[in-house]
Amino acid sequence: MLLDWLINPFSEFQFMQRALAGCLALCLSAPPIGVFLMLRRMSLTGDAMSHAILPGAAVGYLVAGLSVEAMTLGGLVAGGLVVVLSGLVSRHTQSGEDSSLAAFYLISMALGVLLISTHGSSVDLLHVLFGSTLALNDAALWLLGGIATITLLGLAWIYRPLVLECLDPDFLASVSRAGSWVHLGFLLLAVLNLIAGFHALGTLMSVGLMILPGAAMRYWTRRLGLLLLGSALLALVACISGLLFSYHLGWPTSPTIILSLGVGYALSLLLGGQGGLLPRLIRRRHLEA
Amino acid sequence: MTLASRIPSRLRLGLCSLLLLTAPAFAAPIPVTATFSILGDLVKQVGGEQVEIHSLVGPDGDAHVYQPSPQDVRTLSQSKLLVSNGLHFEGWLDRLAQASGFKGAQVVASQGIQARAMADDDEEEHDGHGHDADEHHHHDGMDPHAWNDPENVIVYVNNIAQGLSRLDPEHADQYQANADAYVRQIQTLDGEYRPRFAALSAQQRRAITSHDAFGYLAQAYDLSLLAPQGINTEAEASAADVAKLIRQIRQEKIKALFVENISDPRLLEQIARETGVQPGGRLFSDALSAADGQAPDTLSLLRHNLDTLLKAMEQQ
Repeated sequence: MLLDWLINPFSEFQFMQRALAGCLALCLSAPPIGVFLMLRRMSLTGDAMSHAILPGAAVGYLVAGLSVEAMTLGGLVAGGLVVVLSGLVSRHTQSGEDSSLAAFYLISMALGVLLISTHGSSVDLLHVLFGSTLALNDAALWLLGGIATITLLGLAWIYRPLVLECLDPDFLASVSRAGSWVHLGFLLLAVLNLIAGFHALGTLMSVGLMILPGAAMRYWTRRLGLLLLGSALLALVACISGLLFSYHLGWPTSPTIILSLGVGYALSLLLGGQGGLLPRLIRRRHLEA
Repeated sequence: MTLASRIPSRLRLGLCSLLLLTAPAFAAPIPVTATFSILGDLVKQVGGEQVEIHSLVGPDGDAHVYQPSPQDVRTLSQSKLLVSNGLHFEGWLDRLAQASGFKGAQVVASQGIQARAMADDDEEEHDGHGHDADEHHHHDGMDPHAWNDPENVIVYVNNIAQGLSRLDPEHADQYQANADAYVRQIQTLDGEYRPRFAALSAQQRRAITSHDAFGYLAQAYDLSLLAPQGINTEAEASAADVAKLIRQIRQEKIKALFVENISDPRLLEQIARETGVQPGGRLFSDALSAADGQAPDTLSLLRHNLDTLLKAMEQQ
C-alpha cells in the first residue's frame, strides 16, 4: 500500500520519471553551491542573481523564441556579466560586494523588463521563461545533467582555495593570487545552477532548492563534508516528497517541493543538534539544574 | 495655424460655420477602446469607418496577465466607448478605467449571454481522490470565453451595435446593417460546420486542449474537451491533474490534442510524448493571430478553430 503510494506514480508516468531525473541532477549540484553561499554569508545573493539572469533569458526568448539553448545562453551571459562587473567594482572601489551586486542586478532587471515590454506581446513571460517540473523535455534534461556535471567537476577543481576563501580570505590572499578567480568561478557556477533551477522548478522558487538544504543542515553539523552531502540528500528527499504530494493531493509541483524543504528546515531549526532551539533549551535546563 | 491666420477673419467665421454645418459627414472617427483583439475586430466590423479602434491586449497576447502601458492608459482616457467582455475576464479593467480618468460609455459585449459555469462536473466524475480544482478558478467559477461559440458572437455583435448607436445615433442604421451582414456571415459558418460535427460519433467528439477556453464551443457543438491547465493560464498544473489527463487519454484512446496560441506548449508536448498522440494543430483561444497569421480576424479565428477540431476529430 505504502509502496504503491511511493512507486506507482513514477512507474506509471513518464513525466514523473523525467521530473525525478531532473530534480536528481539539480539536487546534486545546487545545494552544495548553496552551502558555500551560506558559508560566505551570501545566501541572499542567490535571489539577487536569479533576478539578474531573468532579463538575459528573456532576450534569448525574444531572439530565438522558446528555445532552451537560447534562453540558457542569454541567462548565462546576463548573470555572468552582472557577477563579473559587480565583482570587479567591489574589488577595485570602496563599494561592498552586496551593494555593487544589488546595483548591477537591478540595472540588468530594468533593462530586461524594458526590452520585453517594448518588443514582446503580452504573453505571460513567467510561463515562457520558466520551464515546468512536469514538462521536462530531452533538451532540458540534458541541460540539467550537463550543469550538474560541470558544477561537481568545477567544485572539485576549486575546492581547496574555495574553502580557504570562505574561512580565511586574508590567508589565501597572502599565499596565492587565485582568490578572485576562485570567487568569480564559484559565482559563475552559482549562475549556472540558478538557470538549471529555472528549467527544473519553473519559478523563482528555484533559489529555494539552492539555499534551504544548506541552511537546514547547518543545524546538524559543522563539518563541511557532511554539510555538502547532507544538503544534497535533504534536497533529494524534499524533491521526491514534493513530487509525491503534488501527485497525490493535486498541489502545484514546485511550491510543494520548496515547502517540503521548508518543513525540513523548520524541523532542523527545532531539533538540530547544532544550535537547534529544543536541544538548546534542554541544555540550558541541564546547566541550571 | 499659419494658414488660418492669413485668412481674413470674416471669411474664417464663415468657414467655421460651414464646417459646423457639414460636421457629421466629415466627423472624425469615434475613438473606441476594446479590451482584447477579438473584441477589437468585432467593433471594427460593426463600426467600419466611423470608429477608430484600439485593443489593449493585442494579437497573440494573454488578457489574463495583461499589464497596461502608458499609451494604453492615454488611449483609454481619450476614448468615447470602452468595449469589454465581462464575465470577470478582465479583472484589471475597473482599476485601469478609474486610473485613466475614462468618462465615456461602456459596452459589456457578453451581456445577455447565459454564463457557463466552469467544467467541474466532468472533473469530479473521474476523480477518486476528492481533490478539487478550485485553485484554478480565478473567474468566480464563471467561464468568460463566451466568444468561442459563434452564436454568442452574434450577441456580442448586436451589443456592440447598440452601444455604438447610442453614442452616435446618426449612424445607427449603418451600424445595425453592418452587424446584420456580419451575423449572416457567422450564421453561414455555423450552418456549414454544425452538420459535420453532428455527424461525428461519441468516440470522435473528444479532444484535449491546453487551457480550458473552449467550453462554450464544446457546449454548442456537443463536444467533450478536456484541459490540463484549468480555466486560467495563471494557474500551475499539479502532477495529479496531468496524471489524470494522461490516464484518461490512454483509457478513452483520445487522439485529438491541441495547443493554443497564448499558452506554453511544453506541458502539452510532454503529454503528447507520454501518450504517443500527435498534436493536431494550434487553436486560437483568447487572441487573434498577427495579420499574416492563420486567424487575423474573428471570423477566420472561428473558422480555423472549427476546421482544426473537426479534421482531428474525424481522424480518430
